[in-house]
Amino acid sequence: MDTANQLLRHFPVWAVYLLGTLPAFWLFYLGLTGGLGVEPIKALEYEYGELALQLMVLTLSISPMRRLLGLNLMKFRRSIGLLCFFYVSCHLLVWLVLDVQILGQILADIAKRPYITIGMGGFVLMLPLALTSNNFSVRRLGRAWPRLHKLTYAAGLLGALHYVMLVKGFQIEPLFYLGAVVVLLALRLPAAQFQKRQSAPRASGRA
Amino acid sequence: MARRWTNDLTLADATPEAAFWNRRQIMAGLAGSGLAAALGGQAYAEEALEPNTWEEVTNYCNFYEFGTGKGDPPKYADLMTTKPWSVKVDGLVDKPGDYSFEQILGEMTLEERIYRFRCVEAWSMVVPWQGFELADLLDMAGVQKGAKYVAFETLYRPSEMPGTAYKVLDWPYREGLRLDEAMNPLTMMATGIFGKPLPNQNGAPLRLVVPWKYGFKSIKSVVRITLTDQEPPTSWNMANGREYGFYSNVNPDVSHPRWSQASERRIGGGLFAKRQPTLMFNGYGKEVAALYDGMDLAKHF
Repeated sequence: MDTANQLLRHFPVWAVYLLGTLPAFWLFYLGLTGGLGVEPIKALEYEYGELALQLMVLTLSISPMRRLLGLNLMKFRRSIGLLCFFYVSCHLLVWLVLDVQILGQILADIAKRPYITIGMGGFVLMLPLALTSNNFSVRRLGRAWPRLHKLTYAAGLLGALHYVMLVKGFQIEPLFYLGAVVVLLALRLPAAQFQKRQSAPRASGRA
Repeated sequence: MARRWTNDLTLADATPEAAFWNRRQIMAGLAGSGLAAALGGQAYAEEALEPNTWEEVTNYCNFYEFGTGKGDPPKYADLMTTKPWSVKVDGLVDKPGDYSFEQILGEMTLEERIYRFRCVEAWSMVVPWQGFELADLLDMAGVQKGAKYVAFETLYRPSEMPGTAYKVLDWPYREGLRLDEAMNPLTMMATGIFGKPLPNQNGAPLRLVVPWKYGFKSIKSVVRITLTDQEPPTSWNMANGREYGFYSNVNPDVSHPRWSQASERRIGGGLFAKRQPTLMFNGYGKEVAALYDGMDLAKHF
């Protein structure tokens, strides 16, 4: 594990941003050129949404992985979180601009369809997280910053719930994501005590 | 029922496919302009039905027995054995029994019908089907007086259907129609598309097509047809009765609880396809609206 951490320390954060955003462009290109099948709009919406969920699960797993496995990905937590927000935004944009298209119907859907209300709720919760994912905000908000960023837990739950609610019939995959989020949040329950002892020497609350 | 028609020769044998469709479009265009002229300058002419492509029709379908993804049926449906095939016809009929697919084809006259197809998921296609009217098949079996409904079942063969490993629905897939809906001339049993036998993912070797209802009513790979005096249970209604009614007529005014049905997207328009308004009864109101006279279609959705 130490060698893994050593190697990770040398991996630059900018590369995470670069590699992380590439699939968005690649998928869009595939959609334009027929690589996503004969209904590229739904396919693109789905791919972006699923990537966002995967990144959310990854973000939520970073602190449990450090605590339980000793694997330290803290350096990348902010970039992974922001990439998650990026894919949620792409997913939302495809839905707004390419899928529903009609403003009246968009507003009606947000108000009337619970799975869309919940998805939008998750997006709204992520806005302050994305806006404060920078060093200035961390310094400025001080002790409020980690409290604010606990919103991630709620956003993760809403995102996974959104997927469970939108599928037809009984399907396994969305339940898998919801299960992962619930387990990762549950792992944090006993951790509260543990972290208190650790918090003193921590230099900054970077994430 | 006059003559035997086999699917060995396809329309493509007589006319190159491209020329065939061009000719069709020209004729549809002429009909449209004639109509426009007849209406004396009225700015409305019925849009000609231009079929989707073979690629689109065979690569974008729901057949949950092979998986819930749109790509699963084209990938896995070939696992399904369709020869031999027989349809059990039972219930309130004079001549119940197992009818082989060949036996049925021998009794029916196949014809071509180009129908709009509207999925409950708010996408649509235009499909050139070959098949026969369901009424002809029911007449062959002899519908008894007390019959009021027709129930259908899809093949359920887990060894050839990877999607049935999950209880996405209560297998086998079941659908049903009221007898008068089943006897309507628009209701057909399809055995082919584009002049070729049905590919497995589209419901080989024979399936129901009810063009004024959401696509899931048009049950695929039918192995059983039962005439009953009671409304039969249907798969999606059993899975979620709040979202999927027994009738499931295409109706832009009645939303699915999770999405609007007011508009739809024609498959094939690419990444920037526009939505188009959904038509009541999928545009077949003239032929079928009378079936529902006096019914509250918001209640009987």
